[in-house]
Amino acid sequence: MATLPVYELANMDGVRVSSPQDEGALICFIKEDCPTCKEVMPVLDAFFAQYGEHMPVQVIGQTQEGNSALATAFSPAFSILDDSALQVSFAADIETVPTLLHTDANGNELTRLVGFVKDEWQTMASELDALTGQQSISLNWSGLPDWRPGCGSLSVDPANEPRLRAMAEGSPIRARRIDVGSQDDEFEFMFDQGFSDGLPLVPPTPERVMAMLAGTSRDAQEVLGEMAPNMGVVTVEKVAINSVMAGCKPEYLPVVLAATEAILTDDYNIHGVMATTMGASPVIVVNGPIRHRIGMNMGLGSLGQGNRANLTIGRALRLVVRNVGGAKPGETERSTLGNPMKLTMCFAEWEERNPWSPLHVERGFSKDESVVTVFTMSSGPTLIVDQDSRSASQLAGTLGQGLQAVMSPKAYGATDCLLVVVPEHVDTLMRDNYSKADLRQRIQEVSAQPLRELVADAKSGTGIKPEMAAQMDEATLNKLVSKFRSDDDIHIVVAGSEAGKFSGAFHGWVTGSVGSIPVSRKIEH
Amino acid sequence: MTTILDPTDERVPVTRQLSPRSASVSGRVALLDISKPRGNVLLDQLEQVLAAQLPGVTLTRYKKPTFSKPAPAALREEIQRDNDFVIEALAD
Repeated sequence: MATLPVYELANMDGVRVSSPQDEGALICFIKEDCPTCKEVMPVLDAFFAQYGEHMPVQVIGQTQEGNSALATAFSPAFSILDDSALQVSFAADIETVPTLLHTDANGNELTRLVGFVKDEWQTMASELDALTGQQSISLNWSGLPDWRPGCGSLSVDPANEPRLRAMAEGSPIRARRIDVGSQDDEFEFMFDQGFSDGLPLVPPTPERVMAMLAGTSRDAQEVLGEMAPNMGVVTVEKVAINSVMAGCKPEYLPVVLAATEAILTDDYNIHGVMATTMGASPVIVVNGPIRHRIGMNMGLGSLGQGNRANLTIGRALRLVVRNVGGAKPGETERSTLGNPMKLTMCFAEWEERNPWSPLHVERGFSKDESVVTVFTMSSGPTLIVDQDSRSASQLAGTLGQGLQAVMSPKAYGATDCLLVVVPEHVDTLMRDNYSKADLRQRIQEVSAQPLRELVADAKSGTGIKPEMAAQMDEATLNKLVSKFRSDDDIHIVVAGSEAGKFSGAFHGWVTGSVGSIPVSRKIEH
Repeated sequence: MTTILDPTDERVPVTRQLSPRSASVSGRVALLDISKPRGNVLLDQLEQVLAAQLPGVTLTRYKKPTFSKPAPAALREEIQRDNDFVIEALAD
């Protein structure tokens, strides 16, 4: 049984009136622009005259101007209570006006009449007459329509409902509320608080966060993990707040949540990725049906600007790291140069243009699952230009030569890469039916170097120390070393427009257990 | 007035205080290698100097598995439990 909320509302004279306590009551919710509410105003006035001395009879209106207009038009003996904040209407679960409630001494609803059905109102009047020991109410019932539908309550209007839900008791929101002074500019305030990555943020108002949380069926207080370096507790709600600030739509939230879970793993090691002076940052690749559902870009310019989903999902993840984890440049984030990808880097794979298995299928998911994969880059996307090769082995050779420079030309077996193959390059590779395995093998073959070529010399002091090389025999020095420790360290996706023979490579950071290992997570609604 | 929700982990800002500094070194001293290259070289030298100058001090070497991640909780607890001082070597 529903219970009347406890409230205190101002009447037309500004006097605060409390909700009925310890006695039965009659409460009616109305709004001025509803014809049915106007129709029942004389009935409510008669009810007030008949029962007002025996029990509280309160009429609650939903706009201040409307209440005044009704008072002027009908001159009722009661003073309409002001619920323009709509909090009482919302808490009482009013969907339609008029709604007439009869409650008992404990505030429990005995009767709820929605709209105007004459028979129902008449029955209630008879019951109240009996209850108060009076003769039948004096009312010209025959002059009233048999039935009139009510109108929508303002408390369920989409313009108000998220805000009311956020403010209501039992709201899923638990985050600290910060009141920005009325003289303060909220955008400047958020910069001053250190919430920003350097660009303006969307203010995370309770109503916006409520709307964002509608993007997931997960509980707002579900804990995803603890984010380094501060080991801040990451909840769905905190991710939603940062997603609002980043400019996400609610339907992007499941992607941000999955990406957050991915970077919270020990394998991914977000602490090291943020702290390193090398300037590493996450790259998010999205696979599966959600790419189309949320309108991600996987074609022309997909690694660049212009698509809201791509840009804001990547930004939201970085804001979670900054605000919940506490990784800030100059503090535990120590990148020597930094890079613009630290603001955001997220794109979708063009699976339909990919003749091979898409990334998520290679990593153990089914094609119809939506999956996010997070890779750590230290630089890129670096273009590898090849407009001339006509055979797969030539083109793959160029890609191998380009990838030889990852980290530095003498850094071997140290890192991984994410190669973004463009459609025109895909076509050249497929002319000779190259598989992904062929491509990886060719990259390794072309970039392999004998150990002696990796020894530090006059041209570059990086590489194997000469004194170590001096200890090696000829056979060892002639041994070929692969650029990547394993073919699996070459991650391959397809994206980009139909025109242009420039594939892109994200250079990895330190890979393996001391660095960062790419992590994939299924995107759950 | 606009109300916004706090996007941070909401920990109360605390200014970190340095532990009181002792005028002399005695008791147990931990030498922590964070696994950065040549950190061990620095600690080797330091250990020799300290052993010669402070014969009464017990020196114990510790090592983080990798510099890139926070020290495991068990290691942090062990160092705290068994030592009065920590010297941590950052190197490259």
